[in-house]
Amino acid sequence: MRLGPRQLSIVLTLSWRNLWRNRRRTGIMLGAISVGVWAMIFMTALMRGMVDDMLVQGIRSLPGHIQIQHPDYLDDPSVVNSIDEPRGALLAALQGGGAQRWAARIRVPAVIASERESRGVELIGVQPAFEQEISGIPGKTGEGRFLESSDDGGLVIGARLAQRLETRLGKRVVIMSQDPDNNISERGYRVVGIYRAEIAALEESRVYAGLEEVQQLLGIDGRVSQIIVYGEDYRDVDSRYRSLAEALPGGLDIRPWYRIDTYLAAMFEMMDGFVLVWVIIIFLALSFGLVNTLVMAIFERVREIGLTQALGMRPSQIVLQILLESLLLLLIGLAVGNGLAIATIKPLESGLDVSIVAEGMAMMGAGSVLYPSLTLHDLLLANGVVILLGILTSILPAWRAAHLDPIRALNMH
Amino acid sequence: MTAISCRQLCKTFRQGDETITGLDHVDIDIDSGEFVCLSGPSGSGKTTLLNAIGGLDTPDSGEIRIGDLQVEKLDRGALADMRLHHIGFVFQSYNLIPVLSARENVEFVMQVQGVPAAERHNKAAAILREVGLEGLEDRRPAQLSGGQQQRVAVARAIVSRPDLVLADEPTANLDSVASTQLMDLFAELNSNHGVTFVIATHDKRVMRYARRLIRMRDGRIISDEAN
Repeated sequence: MRLGPRQLSIVLTLSWRNLWRNRRRTGIMLGAISVGVWAMIFMTALMRGMVDDMLVQGIRSLPGHIQIQHPDYLDDPSVVNSIDEPRGALLAALQGGGAQRWAARIRVPAVIASERESRGVELIGVQPAFEQEISGIPGKTGEGRFLESSDDGGLVIGARLAQRLETRLGKRVVIMSQDPDNNISERGYRVVGIYRAEIAALEESRVYAGLEEVQQLLGIDGRVSQIIVYGEDYRDVDSRYRSLAEALPGGLDIRPWYRIDTYLAAMFEMMDGFVLVWVIIIFLALSFGLVNTLVMAIFERVREIGLTQALGMRPSQIVLQILLESLLLLLIGLAVGNGLAIATIKPLESGLDVSIVAEGMAMMGAGSVLYPSLTLHDLLLANGVVILLGILTSILPAWRAAHLDPIRALNMH
Repeated sequence: MTAISCRQLCKTFRQGDETITGLDHVDIDIDSGEFVCLSGPSGSGKTTLLNAIGGLDTPDSGEIRIGDLQVEKLDRGALADMRLHHIGFVFQSYNLIPVLSARENVEFVMQVQGVPAAERHNKAAAILREVGLEGLEDRRPAQLSGGQQQRVAVARAIVSRPDLVLADEPTANLDSVASTQLMDLFAELNSNHGVTFVIATHDKRVMRYARRLIRMRDGRIISDEAN
């Protein structure tokens, strides 16, 4: 292709002016591209926000970005598979993260009984000061209060569990569990708080007591079930994971969240692919209009294309002219579509109330407020796909235009 | 020096079930600086011969040489380069690019050739002045009369001083005054700049300018004589 700046200038001039030759058609196509690009980015931001929420909720229910536990604990979460509270190098590595973003917990199977009902639950012994960060339950304690200290003698249960047990705030319940010698340990607790969770199953199965209180109940002073660690972002836990793994004493198991819950990991992995498929589907709908516009634009000026051939324009320059015309159309459509998307997503970033479909959202593990998430990655992906596929779909019409028979083209009326 | 050499050119067209002979074993040599008119009735093969010489149409058989170039051996890109650098075309209908102004249409070929902007502007302004279009440079083709459009097309064909100008009925849509002006311009370019002209025409006024007149009928040359 002979293409210096002067040739490029005339090719660009022809492309730009031909684009506006049929303003109505170009306007309609630009509208379609803009709306399509807006839909790509806006829906992607909604999906990204929803999946992000599902992942955050899911990781909170694990909980933690990283868990440290006895190697057999995940298969058999009983008191037998407890570990020592962190000390030495591990404690130093945990505290190396700056502000405390870790906590030790006990989590064992137990039975809770009211005067009317009893149910199997998970008894979770927590350090209350860090529990808001770990599970967020203190903020969801709608009735009463959350635990105040590790030796708080109260119990916090879910609203659904309270309903099943036919108990309420202030009533006493009995917790029974096995100690390391397989003897039943039991103790009465007063219900001091009732929480509500996004995921109904958790609200029905998890009860919270002070860590020291549970250690005493089970007779395991100085021992815990798990150490829960949070990083800055669930997408970037590997460096923290590696530093903790290096400091880990023998006989302990450490796992990042994506190895604990493979379903969540798969969701995370699939999201990018899902966005790509979504963007391509929208583009395919657009591509029919784009190709049709180009074919019509070429058909209307077959004679001129024959003329430019006769005057000495090379086929490659004609191909470039048509592709540039397509690219200009796409770039203008992208600019408008991106602007529209940003203008509509930004005001919604503080939260979009979808409580009308809250049950469905809860079934998917997401909350009733959706926070659209506009990422640079998704913006670049949508724009990249539109430009790349747009140019690819324009190649055939451009190639055909460049290979018209000049005599037939010049004689076409 | 021979500018154009055609040997045994044959070309046929299909029109329904009928085969039409466009060129029938045409042999012709045209020297540099000649002013040649091809005449003959419609369908005699004048335009087909011009198109074959210009590399716009491919003969079924035979050979064409333009200077050192063997036309039938050139690919599409090389044919485009040959037209760009050696040949100026003037078509019967004006064939301007409607989205470009008169000046831009004239500059088009030079721009594709890669001529610098200042040189392009000066040459375009000069040639438009020469063809009587001063003041109309920025008008688009739709804002020009038929005669003015044809003069723009002529200006475009000759502005880069090609070796050869192929003109197909260049005066067909012009009044007598415009036709005379155009032919005077062709004659001046031919005598002063040595540009070779091959003009297909029915117009006897045009034929008077030719120094060599080739008559065609049914795709054959029936006479070839000095005028």
